[in-house]
Amino acid sequence: MTADFTLSPLHDVHVEANATFTDFAGWQMPVRYSSDLTEHAAVRTAAGIFDLSHMAELSIRGPQAAAFLDYALAGKLSSIALGQAKYSLLLTEHGTIVDDVVVYRTGDSAFLVVANAGNHLAALEALRERSTGFDVEVTDQSDNTALIAVQGPRARHIVLATAGISFAEAAEQAPDAHPLAALKYYWSLQASYAGEPLLVARTGYTGEDGFELYVDAALAPALWRELMAAGEPLGLTQAGLASRDTLRLEAGMPLYGHELGLDTTPAQAGLGRVPNFSKGDFVGRAALEAAATSDPSTSSDMHEPPEPAPPPRVLVGLVGNGKRAARAGYPLFATDDSADAIGEITSGVLSPTLGVPIALAYLDPAFAETDTELSVDVRGKRLTFRVTPVPFYRRKRD
Amino acid sequence: MTEYSALKFTSEHEWIRLEPVSDDGPATATIGITSYAAGQLGDVVYVDLPEVGAEIADGTVVGEIESTKSVGELFAPLNGIVVEKNSAVEDSPELVNSDPFGEGWLIRVEFAELPELLTFSEYQALLGDDALTDAETDRAGA
Repeated sequence: MTADFTLSPLHDVHVEANATFTDFAGWQMPVRYSSDLTEHAAVRTAAGIFDLSHMAELSIRGPQAAAFLDYALAGKLSSIALGQAKYSLLLTEHGTIVDDVVVYRTGDSAFLVVANAGNHLAALEALRERSTGFDVEVTDQSDNTALIAVQGPRARHIVLATAGISFAEAAEQAPDAHPLAALKYYWSLQASYAGEPLLVARTGYTGEDGFELYVDAALAPALWRELMAAGEPLGLTQAGLASRDTLRLEAGMPLYGHELGLDTTPAQAGLGRVPNFSKGDFVGRAALEAAATSDPSTSSDMHEPPEPAPPPRVLVGLVGNGKRAARAGYPLFATDDSADAIGEITSGVLSPTLGVPIALAYLDPAFAETDTELSVDVRGKRLTFRVTPVPFYRRKRD
Repeated sequence: MTEYSALKFTSEHEWIRLEPVSDDGPATATIGITSYAAGQLGDVVYVDLPEVGAEIADGTVVGEIESTKSVGELFAPLNGIVVEKNSAVEDSPELVNSDPFGEGWLIRVEFAELPELLTFSEYQALLGDDALTDAETDRAGA
């Protein structure tokens, strides 16, 4: 059977491991190897290894790379040091979200922008369009790049125990970075594997400590097997996208297509800190500033009524009782008797770690105060959920 | 122990085991979901079953089986009255994964007439490439 799927460079490894696959943004990716709950628990207590090769790696190089990213993205990327990473947003002219990305500074005038698989082309096109007038080159390296994440309290131990990974050159190549043992959260360093470059980043999407390893696609299967050989005695477990989703949700991290989208502004998504207004112009800036000043409560201009704005909404965390999850798309009400929806669930699951239902939802700000009780329609039954701060789960730090 | 080949199946991936009938007693059947269905759902974390005494109608949704990832509906495979529900599976939903044909049974139903159901070989044919393996049939007591 032929299918219109892209296969990961690690596909054979997953087939060998008897993975169950799912279609994710046009890719055939492992949804689980054994059990979602086992894989989830392994990441919380030991470590899990994920194939994220579907993510898009876009290289930005040139004398004006930093200035270009300051214009193209919402954050101030020129301010990050060599080796440092930063979470940022790619906005439309209207200030809504094209994608959320992680940016690594890999050189004085070189950055790596990692975009979601589902937004690969949208992000690439937006960056290319915005590069006009900048002395910069935007290159799509996704086809040649594999991404392996090792996440969990034992992740560092496992990466260090993987003999094929060499950190010998890290110090000379990136003086601002650190050897792995001292690598800080949201920093990266240049290591090597089988003589080829390996970007080791202390980043992730699970709420645990961990690393993301960017490597030449051809070397990925050997690296995966070597990590597993070193890690299995320490509890390293192959983990699929199902557990990745429950892990990120417990950590309160947004997922594009659920919490983020072309109809969402950073402020609505609780990401108001991401756009940096202390830098120069950037795509979306004017719209965000206009939105900030057209707040009806502060506006006194009666002559020019603002354009009809969509109903205000804000992203909140919810926690329920019992075992029944409120899932994406379920409507929210002020009370069990109310028929007027005041919001909608964007992601929800019975939290494997906490044992109670957790959810993220967009909600009328009037009901968004912590501890407000709300009614969720769970397939015809009304269940009570309570507004709660995110993250739902926070790891113990040593 | 039940003969696996004595089980009946539905295209909704339920299994039905006809219980021995005592003198003049009503016909009863035990109902669960197959290992294939459990595997597709992933880890089952919540099971919602009809109450004892509930009348169920063939083809209607009478319960829910939720995994971390999704919600599966339990369809009544026949007309009948629920005479027992598996409270063990309500307390430990993971039984649906660990022993779908045994400890993970869902409800027992009293019925008057049996609709047309799939035989084991028909169900295996329906599953095609995903047909139940020997390990799974072993678990079912074949």
